[in-house]
Amino acid sequence: MSPAQRPASERVRVTASRRSAPRHIARAVADELSDQTALGDIYVRGLMRAQLRLAASLLMLTVLLLGSLPILFAIVPQTRSMQVGPLPLPWVTLGVLVYPAIVLLARFYVRASERLEADFVDVIGRG
Amino acid sequence: MQLASLLAIAAVCLATVSVGSLGLRMSRATSDFYVAGRAITPRRNASAIAGEYLSAASFLGVAGLIWQSGIDILWFPIGYTVGYLVLLVLIAAPLRRSGAYTLSDFTELRLESRALRAFASLLIIGIGILYVLPQVQGAGLALRQATGWPTWVGSAVVAVVVFLAVAAGGMRSITLVQAMQYWIKLTAIAIPAFVLLAIWSRGDVGSVDFGDWAIPSTDPVGLYTTYSTMLALCLGTMGLPHVLVRFYTNPDGRDARRTTVGVIGLLAVFYLFPPIYGALGRLELPRLAPGSRLDTMALQLPGAMTDGLLETVLTAMLAGGAFAALLSTTSGLIVSVAGVIDQDVLRPLIARRSGEDARGAATYRLATAIAVLLPFVLSRLLEPLGLATTVTLAFAVAASTFAPLLVLGVWWPRLTTVGAAAGLGVGTLCALISLAGAFLRVDPGDGWLAALVARPAAWTAPLAFATMVIVSRLTPSRRPPHTNRTLNRLHTPESLLPP
Repeated sequence: MSPAQRPASERVRVTASRRSAPRHIARAVADELSDQTALGDIYVRGLMRAQLRLAASLLMLTVLLLGSLPILFAIVPQTRSMQVGPLPLPWVTLGVLVYPAIVLLARFYVRASERLEADFVDVIGRG
Repeated sequence: MQLASLLAIAAVCLATVSVGSLGLRMSRATSDFYVAGRAITPRRNASAIAGEYLSAASFLGVAGLIWQSGIDILWFPIGYTVGYLVLLVLIAAPLRRSGAYTLSDFTELRLESRALRAFASLLIIGIGILYVLPQVQGAGLALRQATGWPTWVGSAVVAVVVFLAVAAGGMRSITLVQAMQYWIKLTAIAIPAFVLLAIWSRGDVGSVDFGDWAIPSTDPVGLYTTYSTMLALCLGTMGLPHVLVRFYTNPDGRDARRTTVGVIGLLAVFYLFPPIYGALGRLELPRLAPGSRLDTMALQLPGAMTDGLLETVLTAMLAGGAFAALLSTTSGLIVSVAGVIDQDVLRPLIARRSGEDARGAATYRLATAIAVLLPFVLSRLLEPLGLATTVTLAFAVAASTFAPLLVLGVWWPRLTTVGAAAGLGVGTLCALISLAGAFLRVDPGDGWLAALVARPAAWTAPLAFATMVIVSRLTPSRRPPHTNRTLNRLHTPESLLPP
């Protein structure tokens, strides 16, 4: 039925929108994130770069610590036959000592990356 | 002696199935089957991941290889552990935040391509089977060592037990089973090690000279082998299907990281023990029993050093532990491979045939049966290669396919669909060449060629990475349209997201 045909007597209920008008005009940064705006992208990209830097430096450290061992054993012959108590140094290093080192690296990483994320949440929360 | 070992193996199998059926009563929705409804605490999840990850290759294979080849093998367990460190810093949290169930889901989410999803699914099935194969073969060897039965019996036992455990409750029951199995394995490897060490130290110790066996190799080929193995293990861990699926069971990205640290700690404790077996074996077991394989070295050690009741008990513990290792790794792999077969093969097939959605649990169980049967049949057809060798090949395949896809997918916004496809293709092709060389027993002699084929990761993984980067640079217009949105999702802490 087009409006022209509608009988004049028919009533139409008119109500106000139940939703109140948006209070804050200034957008929170958190909204920028969830709305996928260009600004949100820039914030996350910053966090990503910081996390990637952390990951890369940790991996470099691991490569330096562990990766240097085969070469060290190859070019410094004394390290191959040195004794630590009753056991040879290469066995103590590769069989035992590397493991606590790996665990420490992992714990350090988790703390550092959680700190990065906490800082990020702080900045966004304030914005 | 046979009876005790048999009882230990039977007990492990029974525990696996009964805890598995406990999960049956708790599994309701499809997500329970796949990822345990994603509500598992970091502590239990860490035990479960470690329990699942420590396969027969770690329990028996590494000890046997150390016995044979000496100190260079110590890099294997180091690599298995560092793999989790690499996974932790590169992909643990983002992957959990992606919210995907499987590696195929992640591929589709990030690259927005159905074709790549299908390719990823095939790769998962391939890697999964390559990893299950030595476990199934190892089961046959362990049971033959304990009882003298033919190898197919052990393989069949593993296939049936794993099918029952997985089909019963999927991921939730498996989480319980795996968490329990870590502690079984640790006990089973630690107690005999302490007892045997005590026996050895009571004897005439004197000064021990291991000769060349105890000295790291220093020739270029030896160094290449060490580094290539390390690269395969470090990068390959993140690309193993059963490892990734576990990360989706964490409640959020933060917990995913904490779980990983727990895993590293648990692995570090376990890997202190295999070298003890290798070294004691070198001292007390100069020659393996005729006709037995290298992988059963640790099982023969108690017989060489003790006798009577003590020998029986120690051998039974080791056999039970080895079986626990086989069962847990196999069930973990079967869960993920079955998930992929169910989601990407069976359901689409049934939907096309009947025009309606298939019922969840029924197709999942059918998929489980298929996933168990494939490696079992293969294990009857292929001559075993050695546990740790085959497993390392699976790591190398994962390192040259999924590792570049995951790392670049998580960190590099310019990855394109074409680039990812090209990289996966090149990685798969190289891996296939090396696999064919290994399984067809092509003998390339001793020098560089042999090392390059047997330990391919040092050239295949960089090649796959480079292909992905270069082809992506050449095809900038093929960036997935929602790259930014996806990356935001991967890297934004959960506390900032709307619930």
